Amino acid sequence: MGIFPFLVVAWVVVAGLYGVVTSRDLIHQIVCLIVVQSSTYVLLLGVGYVTGGAAPYFFDIPLHTKAVDPVVQALALTDVVVEAAVTALLLSFAIQAQKRFGTLDPTELAPFKG
Amino acid sequence: MTPRQRRWIFLIAGAGLAAFYLWGLSGLPGFGHYPGPYGPAILRIAVAQTNATGVVSAINFDYRGFDTVGEEFILFVAAMGVATVLRPLRGERERPALDEAADRDAPPTSSAVRMVALLFTGPVVLAGWWLASHAQTNPSGGFQGGILLATAFILIYLSGEFLVFERFSPADLTDVAEAVGAGGFVAIGLAAIAMNLPYLDNYLPLGTIPGAVSSSGTIALISFFVGIEVAAAFTAIVGELLDQTLLRSA
Repeated sequence: MGIFPFLVVAWVVVAGLYGVVTSRDLIHQIVCLIVVQSSTYVLLLGVGYVTGGAAPYFFDIPLHTKAVDPVVQALALTDVVVEAAVTALLLSFAIQAQKRFGTLDPTELAPFKG
Repeated sequence: MTPRQRRWIFLIAGAGLAAFYLWGLSGLPGFGHYPGPYGPAILRIAVAQTNATGVVSAINFDYRGFDTVGEEFILFVAAMGVATVLRPLRGERERPALDEAADRDAPPTSSAVRMVALLFTGPVVLAGWWLASHAQTNPSGGFQGGILLATAFILIYLSGEFLVFERFSPADLTDVAEAVGAGGFVAIGLAAIAMNLPYLDNYLPLGTIPGAVSSSGTIALISFFVGIEVAAAFTAIVGELLDQTLLRSA
């Protein structure tokens, strides 16, 4: 395994960025941004993984069982919820762009008027 | 800039990024060999110190509680941002939720959809409430429970009409619930300062049985307020987006 999970992270970031750069549609561009963002989950959980470790919940397993790092899991948890809300905000920008300029193509939106 | 040029610039920048990333990887410990020390230190002390068997919740609502306040306010601001950005533009007005064609009625929601949605609403509310109130026990907490509670409102939308959804989650009520959720978190922290303790210090009794609902002091209470905040924020966001279907430019 070694560095394989981290190579997956790199692949997800670059694939998502490629989509953001080349996108011709705001909705598609937002989805690509979510792809970039979701790489952080793989990275966080990959960094904190301990071979053979249990989930860091000691309700039905004995205390001091070997467990994976709970800190990165806490970060990933809040990340997921915040990402969903920020996506909603971005989508509402896309709705207003469509209404105002009649297009979702970012290259046609380029010269913003006040 | 032509799409072709953009692609080339991206390829050059991407190659540079990949090079630096691989260079950085070469110094990392391999997958499965997390070196710590932060995580293992918390694993060693968290259950004894907080009486919460869910160590992730203990981190979110206690050890890194200050960080979570920030995260929660990102959510709060994003929900407010959606409401602000989606306000009616000049020349737009709301119209009643009627079908475009005047000579025929909108097809009614099928009984099957209505039935399934109504059947699920109760259990979803229960599951959301259970999750939001068991952060100290197992992989649950306000974030997960809040999302489920918001789902219950979406089920109500599915089972009936948008107007029913609005009756169940009037904008004023979701706004107040959002404020209570976000403000409650901050207030719990400020109460600690009033007692001459550090901000967000866990000052409530920790209970005797680790992982019991009555255990873990402020962790359970903060998780509950986060649940309210998340449920209200997502209900408000969905409500705003559905409102868009009622707008028409004059």
